[in-house]
Amino acid sequence: MLRIRGLSKQYPGVLALDRVDFEVAAGEVHALVGENGAGKSTLVKILGGAVEPDSGDVALAGRRLPLGSPVAARRAGVAIIYQEFSLAPELSAAENIFLGREQTRFGLLCGRTMRDAARAVLERLGCNADPAARVESLSVGVRQQVEIARALAFDARLLVFDEPSATLTDQELSRLFETIRQLRAAGLAIIYISHRLEEIFALADRVTVLRDGRHMATAPVREVDRAQLIRWMVGRDLAEEFPPRAGAGGDVALEVRGLAARPYFHEATFDVRRGEIVGLAGLVGAGRTSLGLALGGGIRPTEGTAMLDDRPMDFGGPWDALDAGVGYLTEDRKGRGILEFLSVAENITISNLPAYRLFGLLAEGRRRAAAQESCSRFRVKTPTIDRPIRTLSGGNQQKALLARLMLRPLKLLILDEPTRGIDVGAKAEVYRLMNALAAGGLAVLMISSELPELLGMCDRIVVMREGRTVGELPRGAATQERIMDLATGGSAA
Amino acid sequence: MNARRPNVLRILARYGIVVALLIELIVFSWASEPFLTLENQANVMRQIFEIAIIAAGMTFVILTAGIDLSVGSLVAAAGVSCAAVVAIDFGTLPLRIAAGCMTGVAVAAAGGLVNGLVITVMRLPPFVATLAMMTIARGVVLHATESRTISGLPEGFAALSEGATPIAIMLVVFIGSWLVLMRTVFGRHVYAVGGNAEAARLCGIRVSRVLLKVYAISGALAGLAGVLGAARLNSGYPRAGELAELDAIAAVVVGGASLAGGRGSIWGTLVGALVIGELNNGLSLLHVEHFSKKIVVGVVLVLAAFLDRFRAEGKS
Repeated sequence: MLRIRGLSKQYPGVLALDRVDFEVAAGEVHALVGENGAGKSTLVKILGGAVEPDSGDVALAGRRLPLGSPVAARRAGVAIIYQEFSLAPELSAAENIFLGREQTRFGLLCGRTMRDAARAVLERLGCNADPAARVESLSVGVRQQVEIARALAFDARLLVFDEPSATLTDQELSRLFETIRQLRAAGLAIIYISHRLEEIFALADRVTVLRDGRHMATAPVREVDRAQLIRWMVGRDLAEEFPPRAGAGGDVALEVRGLAARPYFHEATFDVRRGEIVGLAGLVGAGRTSLGLALGGGIRPTEGTAMLDDRPMDFGGPWDALDAGVGYLTEDRKGRGILEFLSVAENITISNLPAYRLFGLLAEGRRRAAAQESCSRFRVKTPTIDRPIRTLSGGNQQKALLARLMLRPLKLLILDEPTRGIDVGAKAEVYRLMNALAAGGLAVLMISSELPELLGMCDRIVVMREGRTVGELPRGAATQERIMDLATGGSAA
Repeated sequence: MNARRPNVLRILARYGIVVALLIELIVFSWASEPFLTLENQANVMRQIFEIAIIAAGMTFVILTAGIDLSVGSLVAAAGVSCAAVVAIDFGTLPLRIAAGCMTGVAVAAAGGLVNGLVITVMRLPPFVATLAMMTIARGVVLHATESRTISGLPEGFAALSEGATPIAIMLVVFIGSWLVLMRTVFGRHVYAVGGNAEAARLCGIRVSRVLLKVYAISGALAGLAGVLGAARLNSGYPRAGELAELDAIAAVVVGGASLAGGRGSIWGTLVGALVIGELNNGLSLLHVEHFSKKIVVGVVLVLAAFLDRFRAEGKS
């Protein structure tokens, strides 16, 4: 039904898909797995028309799929059910199902006709929800049924489920599985993406593994086991060079006990010592970024305690965190990190401006000197410090943001995906800087989805799953397989 | 990336507003003899200084990606309360005038502070918050004065608006605003918040405090304009400042500030106010009727915003 040949997509600094071949038969549930960043979502976006590939062919039922246009993809019979639904909450279920192809008579909507047709489709899915009900009044499971019904109403031939289970209850999940089996029996081709490997064994016929944008393996599900899948997912060569860690651990600097910031994460307990780099591993959505933000004053914890040098971290905002010596480097460099209209110098000094005040006015000379010195210390490569920061490469922007934080006297540095989207050379520099900072007595907490990086850089790795810290692996005992096992709920579940 | 864009357009986008002002001056001085006389140019200044001062405050607000629709009403609130104080017979005349001016500015600054509180504490969009203040302040003024002008003020009060005084005050306001925006911690925070409020927050900037100050400054400068306006009329006029908010926003936008925040300069705003002022003055000298003038000003606004779009794209 679906045939993909040689699909490639290059993003700046990252090869998201590298000549991927992939096929799904009619009447098949085909699971697609891989680590964060393996290329799954890029593949889905290409199928849905949101992203245009650099090269490669996609054919659906023998006809080339028009690429780069969501409307054309939908018309050709591709429907994607995202984790975050694309329904209009204020409209009724029926209106959502027929959104974009409303049935009209004399220019007016035929509410009755559409409601009846919607009810018929929903009943086919075994869902007896009222088609006139507003979507926001429906449960998550029912909303998903509405989303599927919309795909059926559009005569979809290929259904893609992108992490559909993350927000469902067990009961809703088994209902979803039932629906998917029914759709398979009706001859649809189905791609099912999930981090939960047990779901794949329960549901899928075949499984394809992507790793670093490449097609690793495709196999019938009954011929592989969990251990094999994980090996395929993580068994890559260590591409990056990690500088040797001196190994350290002074007194406990950060002590987190039962910390929660509902609804983002529910229970976090761990320590970070002075001079130590502790990794925070877990799948996307496990609550790692929220935990980092909570420690850095970005969101307020609702329960539990966090102590820094035996003083409670009770922050009204990031300003209090910085005053107390806690810096948080965001994972979203472009959206929440750089101040794109301002210069490199301004970006570096913005968190430390009061230090350059003289009689109420900013002493520009001192401010610029500090920025200049930071640039050389953190190896920010820029023609001049007056360049707008958005003209710099991602790696240099990242080093500038690190420099911004380190102008403040910090005790704890939280790095959220510090090497995301930056090139190999800049990565190595960030690693060296991290080591140097830790050697200077700083406690470092590194959130990362790249397992080799965690293994190469961290003295200990704390693993989170579904809003909880579920385990801790010391440097010697940590392997990619064990981290993935904890993160996906293998042995602990 | 932007090398393909014609050079002329880029230069125009960069210095477009100054170029536009020069072209305007050349065309009008060619078409109308009295246009470029010192006397007429002093006239232009006296016509624009109130709007220019309001626009200086509006620049702060727009830099944070906000908007302040209440300034026109705060002009009236300041003018009327100033006149009311000056009208009371106490102390020496300079003392009365000083007390009046301070009262006027304080009343308007308080109004601006309330705007800021509604925006930061109640988390209403600036448009809604200041729209509400616009009608509330106007209502209070009309109610308190029973919509009558406060007149019969001592002669000395009017001196504030005579000769070069208002122009000097205007320049002081702009130089002060420039210093604050470019050379103080607060000013740099204004730019940071306007460029990306969430990033600014993570930088440790107390975004709410910055916004509070910005709206208070906008109110205070509207109050200063209101006090000077009351001196010009030598009375407190409860309908003063009507539609002044729109003229001020126009000056800021023509001056190149982005309504999306983070980009713009105080000198741009001054030039923007001049462009509109010279245009109005020149067209009057050419006996263009009032309604057509409005059309021309509107077209200029669209062109200025269009140029700004080019600049914004060149930067991304």
